[in-house]
Amino acid sequence: MSLFWIPLLPLIGTLAPLLSERFGRSACALFTAILPAVALAMVMSFTPQIFAGETLQQSFSWIPAMGLELSFRLDGLAMLFCILILGIGLLVILYARYYLSQQDSMARFYAYLILFMTAMVGIVTANNLLQLWLFWELTSISSFLLISFWNHKSEARKGARMALTVTGAGGLALLAGLLLIADIVGSYDLSVVLASGDTLRDHAAYPVALVLVLLGAFTKSAQFPFHFWLPHAMAAPTPVSAYLHSATMVKAGIFLLARFYPVLSGTELWFLIVSLTGLATLLLGAYIALFKHDLKGLLAYSTISHLGLITLLLGMDTELAAVAAIFHIINHATFKASLFMAAGIIDHESGSRDMRKLNGLWKYMPHTATLAMVAAASMAGVPLLNGFLSKEMFFAETLHQVALGSLSWMVPVLATLAGVFAVAYSTRFIHDVFFNGEPIDLPKTPHEPPRYMKIPVEILVTLCLLLGIFPAYIVGGLLDAASAAVLAGSVPEYSLSIWHGFNLPLLMSVIAMAGGLIIYYNRRHLYQFQAQFPETDAKLVFERLIQWLVDGASRVHKFFENGSLQRYMMLLLLFSLALTAGPLMDLNTTAGLRPHLPINGVEITAAVLLCLSALATVIWHRKRMVALLTLSVVGLIVSITFARFSAPDLALTQLSVEVVTVILLMLALFFLPQKTPKESSPRRIVRDMGIAAILGGIIGTINYALMTRPLHSISDFFLANSKTGGGGTNVVNVILVDFRGFDTLGEITVLGIAALGIYKLIARMRLYMPAGDEHGRPWARDRHPLMLAMISQSLLPLALLVSVYIFLRGHNLPGGGFIAGLVTSVALVQQYVAHGVDWIKARLKLDYQWLIASGVLIAALTGLGSWAFDRPFLTSWFDYFELPWIGKFELASAMLFDLGVYLTVVGATLLILANLGKLTTNHRPTQPESE
Amino acid sequence: MEAVYAVCVGLLTFSGVFLCLRGRTFPVVMGLTLLSYAVNLFLFSSGRLKFDGATILGTSFSYADPLPQALVLTAIVIGFAMTAFIVILAMRARADLGNDHVDGRLPPAPEAKPRRKKEHA
Repeated sequence: MSLFWIPLLPLIGTLAPLLSERFGRSACALFTAILPAVALAMVMSFTPQIFAGETLQQSFSWIPAMGLELSFRLDGLAMLFCILILGIGLLVILYARYYLSQQDSMARFYAYLILFMTAMVGIVTANNLLQLWLFWELTSISSFLLISFWNHKSEARKGARMALTVTGAGGLALLAGLLLIADIVGSYDLSVVLASGDTLRDHAAYPVALVLVLLGAFTKSAQFPFHFWLPHAMAAPTPVSAYLHSATMVKAGIFLLARFYPVLSGTELWFLIVSLTGLATLLLGAYIALFKHDLKGLLAYSTISHLGLITLLLGMDTELAAVAAIFHIINHATFKASLFMAAGIIDHESGSRDMRKLNGLWKYMPHTATLAMVAAASMAGVPLLNGFLSKEMFFAETLHQVALGSLSWMVPVLATLAGVFAVAYSTRFIHDVFFNGEPIDLPKTPHEPPRYMKIPVEILVTLCLLLGIFPAYIVGGLLDAASAAVLAGSVPEYSLSIWHGFNLPLLMSVIAMAGGLIIYYNRRHLYQFQAQFPETDAKLVFERLIQWLVDGASRVHKFFENGSLQRYMMLLLLFSLALTAGPLMDLNTTAGLRPHLPINGVEITAAVLLCLSALATVIWHRKRMVALLTLSVVGLIVSITFARFSAPDLALTQLSVEVVTVILLMLALFFLPQKTPKESSPRRIVRDMGIAAILGGIIGTINYALMTRPLHSISDFFLANSKTGGGGTNVVNVILVDFRGFDTLGEITVLGIAALGIYKLIARMRLYMPAGDEHGRPWARDRHPLMLAMISQSLLPLALLVSVYIFLRGHNLPGGGFIAGLVTSVALVQQYVAHGVDWIKARLKLDYQWLIASGVLIAALTGLGSWAFDRPFLTSWFDYFELPWIGKFELASAMLFDLGVYLTVVGATLLILANLGKLTTNHRPTQPESE
Repeated sequence: MEAVYAVCVGLLTFSGVFLCLRGRTFPVVMGLTLLSYAVNLFLFSSGRLKFDGATILGTSFSYADPLPQALVLTAIVIGFAMTAFIVILAMRARADLGNDHVDGRLPPAPEAKPRRKKEHA
C-alpha cells in the first residue's frame, strides 16, 4: 500500500458525487463517503509504524534538478490531522445529507467538500515545501467555493471574497517564506528542512522567513488582527462551518506552526510574536463571543478564541505546552464541530439562529439539547469532559512559561480571564437557547431533526466524554506520536489523568467557572456597557479597503496607459535608456584594444552623405515625398557600406529590398496624406529630440566599444566546415541553408505569414483615392509611358536570367535564394509599374499565395527528407556528378531548400505589392463587398 | 573608421527614434526603416569591420565573420516584411478610422480641425 493513495483517493472521490447524483440523495452521500472512508482505513493501517516512532515517506521525482518532486510523508502529526480531516469529513458528509434542502445541488456541494478534503490531506502529508504551498492555496480556493455555495446571497459572496483575499494574501506571504527557507536550507525537501533548524535560526534572513511564514499561518487560522474574515465566512452552510471553520481549515495555520515548530521555534522572536498574537486572539475572541446574538457568530468568535489559545500554547517556551497544544487541537475539533452541527440542527428545525428569539428549546428537542449542552460544557472546560483536560494543561503551562520575562505573571491572569469569558459564553449558549422562557416568534415550531442527522453529533459528543474520562486510553498513543513529530523526538513526561490534586491550575479553573457564571448572571449590565461602543462592520471596512486599493491601482494604470501610443513608446524608450545607461557608466574606457581600420576620402564622403540624408529625412519628414527620397539615399549608402566591408550578399539583399521598399512606400503614400500636419508642440519636439539623442549616443557608444574590442567568434567552425560539411564555398549561404537551416525555415514561414496578413488587411480596405496630387493637379492620362513599357519588357528575360544565375551560384558565390527571389520580384514589379495590373493579370497567371505555400512546403519537405535516411531534421546532402558537355557539377539538397526560400520570397513580395497596386486601378478588390 | 561607423549608427538611431515618436503613421514607418538600418549595421558590425575579406572560401587569407552576415541577411528580408505590414496597417487604420494618427484619433489640437476637412473634401 502506498502513501500516494491517501490524498489520491479523495481526489478521485471528487468525481463520485457528480457521477452518483442521479441515484438519489442517500446514494450520493454513500458513494461520496466510500473513498474517504477507504483513505481513513489506510491511514489507520499505518498506526503500528507511526506509534513506534517511524516516519513514512514516499516520493516520486518530477524535475529532480530543480528539487521538484511529488513527495509524501506520514508522521504522528500528519496522522493526527489525517484522522481529524477524514474522520470529521465523513461525519459532515452524513450530516450534510440531511442538512441540505432539495433546492441545493448536493453533488456540487459534496464535490467541493471532497476537493477541500483532498487539499487538507495534501497539506498535512506534503513532504515538499512547494507541494505544501500548492495544497495550501487549494484549500483557500475550495473554501471560497464552499463559503459561496449559496451564491445567491450577497453576504455569502462577500464573505467568500473576504476569506479568499485574506487567506490568499497570507498564502502569498507563505510562499515567499517557504522559498526563503528553501533558499537558506538549499532544499525543498521537508525532511531536509526539518533537520536543519540550527542553520535556519542562525541565518540573517531568519526573521524575514519567520514573519512571512507566520503571516501565512495567522491569516489562515484567523489570528488577530486577521481574525475578521472568520465570522463572515459563517455565511456558508453549517456543515461547511463545522468542517472548515472549526475542525480543519482554520487548523491548517496551527498545523503549519506545529510542522515548523522544530526548525522555526526556540528563538525570542518566535515566542514573542506567537505568544502575544495568541494571547490577544484568545482574549478578543472570548470577549466578543459573549455579545454575539447569532448562534454561529458566537461559535465563530469562540473558535477564534480557541485558535488563539492553541497559538499561545505553541508560542510558550516549554515542551509540555506543545503537547497541550496538540491535545487541544483534538479536543477543540470534537466539541466545536459537534456544537456547529447542533447549531445547524437548531437553525434547520426552528428557522432562526438569533439567541434573542431562541429560548426554551429543551421542551421541543431534548435529545439535541442534551448533546449540545454536553459539548458546550466541554467548551467551557467542565470536568469529566475533554475540554477540561486540555484547559487544565493550558493553565498549568501558563504558570511555567517565562516568555515575557518579569511580566510573565500576566499570562496566567489573562488566561484565567479568557477562561471566565469562555464559561460565560458557553453558559449563554446553553441557558439562552434551551431554557430562559419560551421561544419568541420563530418561523417554525421547533422539533427534533431526522434520526440520522443526530448521529454525527452523537459520535462527536461521545468522543468528548470518552476523551474526558479515559484520555490516555483513547488518545494517548496518537498524542505521543504527534508530539514526538512536533518536538522532533523528545516527548516530555506528562500525565493525562483527570485528577492532579489541589493545585493552582485547578484553582484557576474554579475561578473561571465562578467568574463566568457571575458574568453571565449580570450580563445585562455588560450588554448595556458594550452597547455604548459603535459597532464596526468588518465587511464595510474591508470593502472600503479593497475599493481604495482598486482605485489606487487604476490610477497607476491610467497614468501608464492613457491610450496614447506615443506615450507608451516614450515610456518604453526611457525604460531601455535606464537599463542601458547604467552599465555603460561602469565601463571605464570606451575604446578597446583592437587596431582601428584606416579611413579614406571616399568613405568619409559616404558617411557624410549618409548622415546628411538621415538628418534631411528628419528635417523634411512632414513633406513625405521628399523624406522618402532622402530615406532611399540612406538605404543605398547602407548597401554600399555592406559591400565595402566584405559582405557582398548583404549588399545585394539590401539593394533589392531597398527598391521594393521604396516602391511599397510610394504606393502607400498615394493613399495617405502627402504632408504631415504640424502638431507637435516645441516642447514635445525638444523632449523627443533629447530622448532620441541620448539613445543614439548610447547605441553609438556601445557600437564603438563593441567594434574596438577583439572578437572571439564561433565562425571558425563555419569557415572550416562549409566546404566539407555543407558543400559550398559561400559561407553565408551555407549558414543560411545548412548550418542554421532551421532558423531560415522559421524566417520564411514568418515572411509568408506576414504577407498573408497583409493580403487580409488589404482585402476589405475602403480607401479614399485622391483624384490629383497635393496641389490639386489631376493625374496624367497616359498611365503607362511607352518607353518604360518597352524597356522593362525587354529587360524582363534578362532580369530573370540574372536571378536564375544568382540563384544557382549562390552556394559558392554571393547570391542565393533570398537575393534571387528579390531580384525576380523587382523584375516582375517593374512590369506592374510599366504596364499596370490589368495587363499583367492577363499574362501572368501566378497565384502568389500558392507560391508562398509551396515555397514553405518545399523547404520543410527537404528538411523532412533527411528523416528517410535516418538523419536529424534538415541534414543536408551533396555530391558531385559528371555530365558530357556540361562537365562536373554539384547537386545538393540545400539547393532544394534554397528553392523553397526563393519561391517564398517571390510570393510574399509580389503578394504584398501586387495587391496594394491593384487598389490604385479601377478594378479594386472592394467589389466583392457590394455583392 | 570604427569611430565614423559608430557615429553613423548613432545618428541613424537618433533619426529613427525621433521619427518613431511622431504622431502620424507615415513618419513612424520611416522612423522604423531608419531604425532597422541602424540595427542591421549594428548587428553586422558585431563581426567587426573588415576590408576585402568576403566569405567566399578560397578568395582571401582572412575572412570576415560570416555569422552576423547570415543573421543580418534574414533580418533585412524580415525587416521588409515588417515595414510592409506596418505600412498596410497604417493604411487600413486610415481607411477605417478616417485619420492617420498613431492613436487612431486626432489630438484635440486647434490646427487639426481644418486639415481634416481638407482630407474629406
